[in-house]
Amino acid sequence: MHTLTTLAASLPAATIGPAPEPVSGGIYLVAPALVGIPVLSAAILLLGGRRTDRWGHWLGVAASSLSFVFGAAVFVALLGRPADQRVLDLSVRSWIDAGAFQVDAGIRLDPLSLTFVLLVTFVGTLIHIYSVAYMEHDVDRRRFFAYLNLFVAAMLTLVLANSYLLLFVGWEGVGLASYLLIGFWNYRTDYAVAAKKAFVANRIGDLGLIIALGLMFANFGSVGFLDVLGERSGQVSEGVATAIGLMLLLAACGKSAQFPLQSWLGDAMAGPTPVSALIHAATMVTAGVYLIVRSAPIMNEAPTAQLVVVIVGAITLLFGAIVGCAKDDIKKALAASTMSQIGYMILAAGLGPVGYAFAIFHLVTHGFFKAGMFLGAGSVMHGMDDQVDMRRFGGLARYMKITWLTFMAGWLAILGIPPFSGFWSKDKIIEAAFVPVEGAEWRAWVFGTVTLVGAGITAFYMSRLFFMTFEGERRWSTKRDGSAQHPHEAPRLMTWPMIVLAVGSVGLGLYLALGGKFVEWLEPVTGTPLHEEPVLPEWLLITLTLGVVVVGTVIAYRRYAAATVPVVPPLGTALTRAARVDLYQDTVNDVALVEPGQALTRSLVFADRAVVDGAVTSIARSQIGLGEITRRVQTGFVRSYAATMLLGLVVLVVVVLATQS
Amino acid sequence: MSDFTAPTIAWGPLSPVIIVLLAAVVGVLVEAFVPAARRRVVQLALSVVALGGALVAVAALWSGVSEDGGTAVLGGSLVVDGPTLVLQATLALLALLALLVVVDRTETGEDAFAPSAASIPGSDYEELARRKGVQQTEIYPLLLFATGGMLIFPAAGDLLTLFVALEVLSLPLYLLTGMARRRRLLSQEASMKYFLLGAFTSALMLFGIALVYGYSGSLRYSVIADATKEASGLDGLLLVGSVLILAGLLFKVGAAPFHTWTPDVYQGAPTPITGFMAACTKVAAFGALLRIVYVVLPGLDWDLSVVLWTVTILTMVVGTVGALVQTDMKRVLGYSSIAHAGFILTGVVALNQAGVTAVLFYLLVYGAATVGAFGVVWLVRERSVQSDGSAGAVLGEATHLSQWAGLGRSNPALALVFALFLLSFAGIPLTAGFAGKFAVFSAAIEGGAWPLALIGVLSSSAAAFFYVRIIVLMFFTEPSGSTEAEGGAVAASEDGAAGLPLDVPASGAALEGSATGLAVEVRAAATTTTTVVGTEGFAAVAIAVCAATTVILGVAPSWLLELIGGVAQFLP
Repeated sequence: MHTLTTLAASLPAATIGPAPEPVSGGIYLVAPALVGIPVLSAAILLLGGRRTDRWGHWLGVAASSLSFVFGAAVFVALLGRPADQRVLDLSVRSWIDAGAFQVDAGIRLDPLSLTFVLLVTFVGTLIHIYSVAYMEHDVDRRRFFAYLNLFVAAMLTLVLANSYLLLFVGWEGVGLASYLLIGFWNYRTDYAVAAKKAFVANRIGDLGLIIALGLMFANFGSVGFLDVLGERSGQVSEGVATAIGLMLLLAACGKSAQFPLQSWLGDAMAGPTPVSALIHAATMVTAGVYLIVRSAPIMNEAPTAQLVVVIVGAITLLFGAIVGCAKDDIKKALAASTMSQIGYMILAAGLGPVGYAFAIFHLVTHGFFKAGMFLGAGSVMHGMDDQVDMRRFGGLARYMKITWLTFMAGWLAILGIPPFSGFWSKDKIIEAAFVPVEGAEWRAWVFGTVTLVGAGITAFYMSRLFFMTFEGERRWSTKRDGSAQHPHEAPRLMTWPMIVLAVGSVGLGLYLALGGKFVEWLEPVTGTPLHEEPVLPEWLLITLTLGVVVVGTVIAYRRYAAATVPVVPPLGTALTRAARVDLYQDTVNDVALVEPGQALTRSLVFADRAVVDGAVTSIARSQIGLGEITRRVQTGFVRSYAATMLLGLVVLVVVVLATQS
Repeated sequence: MSDFTAPTIAWGPLSPVIIVLLAAVVGVLVEAFVPAARRRVVQLALSVVALGGALVAVAALWSGVSEDGGTAVLGGSLVVDGPTLVLQATLALLALLALLVVVDRTETGEDAFAPSAASIPGSDYEELARRKGVQQTEIYPLLLFATGGMLIFPAAGDLLTLFVALEVLSLPLYLLTGMARRRRLLSQEASMKYFLLGAFTSALMLFGIALVYGYSGSLRYSVIADATKEASGLDGLLLVGSVLILAGLLFKVGAAPFHTWTPDVYQGAPTPITGFMAACTKVAAFGALLRIVYVVLPGLDWDLSVVLWTVTILTMVVGTVGALVQTDMKRVLGYSSIAHAGFILTGVVALNQAGVTAVLFYLLVYGAATVGAFGVVWLVRERSVQSDGSAGAVLGEATHLSQWAGLGRSNPALALVFALFLLSFAGIPLTAGFAGKFAVFSAAIEGGAWPLALIGVLSSSAAAFFYVRIIVLMFFTEPSGSTEAEGGAVAASEDGAAGLPLDVPASGAALEGSATGLAVEVRAAATTTTTVVGTEGFAAVAIAVCAATTVILGVAPSWLLELIGGVAQFLP
């Protein structure tokens, strides 16, 4: 491991970007409004009540769009500055001033945060528009938009914060919004339970962030990016850096559904589909990746923590991919795929300077193609009476052409077929995983192979999903009311966002990859990735990747497009059965955590009743007894009052005289 | 030719006191010369201008005092230093707020005071006065005189001024206590008790002053302070005298064992006056106590700390456990004020600079919540229900706890504000009460009095129980419908004498005076419901200001603590 330390130490230029400059004026001052506008809109929608029902959704759309416009303005302004002056700090106000602990609520404007701002507001606005139609018949559409706005505000707080504490506020905010939206239809008990599960799993992760905050304050005396991620990040011992790094990883695992805290993401599909697209695919679940990349200077000092990050990413990417192969619920299959793709990003982020930029790159392209596919899934559900079982789909390509084509764009992108978006980002991650690490040659081979195999499985399950839904023969059941299914294309408000996202899925990767534009843009934050040769030549890696992708796709085609798909799921192999129940993750959680926890709770409740309550009750009883005595003394007679006073006075005088020194 | 030299009077530093007392004298003249119909308006304007003027005067003196530490005026009888100004500002502000509650006649058009306080309760004469809508506007000058005395009390620089101020503030209060419009016998009984016990402690205090004079040969604080530092054979004289003086002051703050008058008087007095008394008397008396303990007796802290510790602990415990078993809102608040006296005493006992700051801060915080809380109590009334089920006349305050059930549903705003005051009393974070408690307890710990802070924290947590109980009652309990006015049997069985019925619903509390107008009304209408009357606006403003103060000082207390801390230095 020590060789890695020397490696990190030898690359200081790659780890620390330019020091942030304070903002003095200009367009940057609108940055607080990015958060303020959606907050205001959410407040109006929630406080306005039913009065805002008629136009509330349009207010939500307007708030999100306005945030995007402001974000784009700031982006253009930042683009106009020289590359080494693109990190800005905007101090909004003094927030906490408690002796040694001082935090300013401030905004960090740099390429990384702006990338997220644009992704969140752009995809967010599209999904807002989509939701206007998708949620049209829901009586609580206004509330839905209020929550969506709340989410946008919280997510922007998270990415714009210039201290870990403010980041934590946004972190909790997105958790809350996610909880509210997963349980949006909370009259269904299982949906409410799903929301609770997500909430609890996230709490475990949050604990990591809180501990990390404590460690930072103890070691840096501050939780601001300026202090923690500045030049002083190299001054803490490796042990401290490792502890902070691992705690940040725990936080990332909770938020980004990484092993072993991934179990909530599948259940989170209980929320309305636009929520799944925005929060549980494109943005919120990627916050963990953001956290790791943002903390790059600390992570670079902790090679052990980085190794754990890579391992977690590798496990999750295989885990998600395997689960995705067995799911018949279209949204759950997509959720498993999200988990797997974020595994790629986490893995890349754990690779250090060679991977940071590609993790974010993949995050952006994934945001487009996965959101597009989720919206496509929503469109399919819309046309198929809310059916989600892919075994009941089939041959839908003819009935919903736009959905089919946009979904196809997303499908080709996630497969990594050139020149679609996913190819440019995923291929770079695979390449980075194959870069040898000095003194640990095995790692390049192990992690490289995992990413390669993952690409193959991804090709299989995504093709399976695509073929089962759009190709093959019709396997539709009747509607819930017994009438026949009439699949139909979604209204324009739904198709246009899908089309825009599809355009992104097709061309965004190529556009950003040309001339290394995106990587260069991120350089002030992620450092300059030194080009290192992978253990296998680049051309061979690309060929291999495309090879496994083609193999996976062909297998899927033969089984799910060319052959008849049984409507009743076959028994399957042991692995399939395990994958259908998320590889027994819930069972493991139950046995390892929930049941001992409940036993502990029960015994604590018993002890609480018997011991604590007993003590409290008896104290209360004795107090009330004492009170009764007081009341009896309070007779209402002036003479007894005067006597009490006199007696008290005499006692006091005697005591004073007796104890006189 | 006489060689009399007139004392030089520093009008400037005296201005807050002079403005208020002058206005009080003018108020008496107003009673004599202004037609009855216009008196209330004139008196109200005069009082508001006087109290506002006092505030302005304090503000004008502020910068000078914060620079040079203050001056002793009138040959040393009055000390105008930082703590004096803080206390005078607090007093003027709280008195102004309390005044707004006092003047409010509510939508019933009746104020809290008997139309003709001198008439015999239940007499035809009283009924006549009530029908004619006569008002006792003398309450305004009385209130101003009391306030004037309170302004002098903490500023007194010698024991004689202290005693005179005590009487100036006390006598109007005795009178005001006995002037309630409803339950007049209860009110007069409270007034009588207050007067007798007050006179008793005045005598004790005067005796103490005499003993201390015998020891030191002077009434001047500074001279006595010097004398305490020198050894002499008369220590017993000094100690007993000091304890007696302290007893006089502890009576005024309502500390155990001199607290016995508090619940009875708080319950009997007209509710707006209770608010005024509970807030302002406590501020003035603690101010005087602080000066005595910090300026006159620091040489004796070793000997007297046992007294202060005992009193502090006893006060906190008695106030807390006493409140637990009360069923009358005004008595609950009365016991709560006793408990608060104990909490404030922990700050006094701290005997350090932080203690002074903390006590001054706590007094403002507590006073604001108290004026506001009694203002709310003043608005929650009983309404008689006629035999056909229709709503009848609005009666007195609905003070029995059970009558407050469900108030949160019928009047959410009022109940919310009251809950805010209760949370502040309980010391829940983000209310001003928390900041105050935190300040006094941390000062006590800093001063080495950690056992007191510990007991204080424990009793505040016990006290939180009955505050929260009231909140639960208001928001989560179904209203009990109408309260049966159960007979005087219970009242009569209590104590045998004219003792206070402690556990009787408030509507029954008046029954011992079967001749009162209220009792007649109660008998005519067998049952009552709880209702909230609208204000004329004055009380609403006062309650709103109190609530705002409670919230603002709860969220951001540090600027005020720093402001007070900057000047909280006694002039020796």
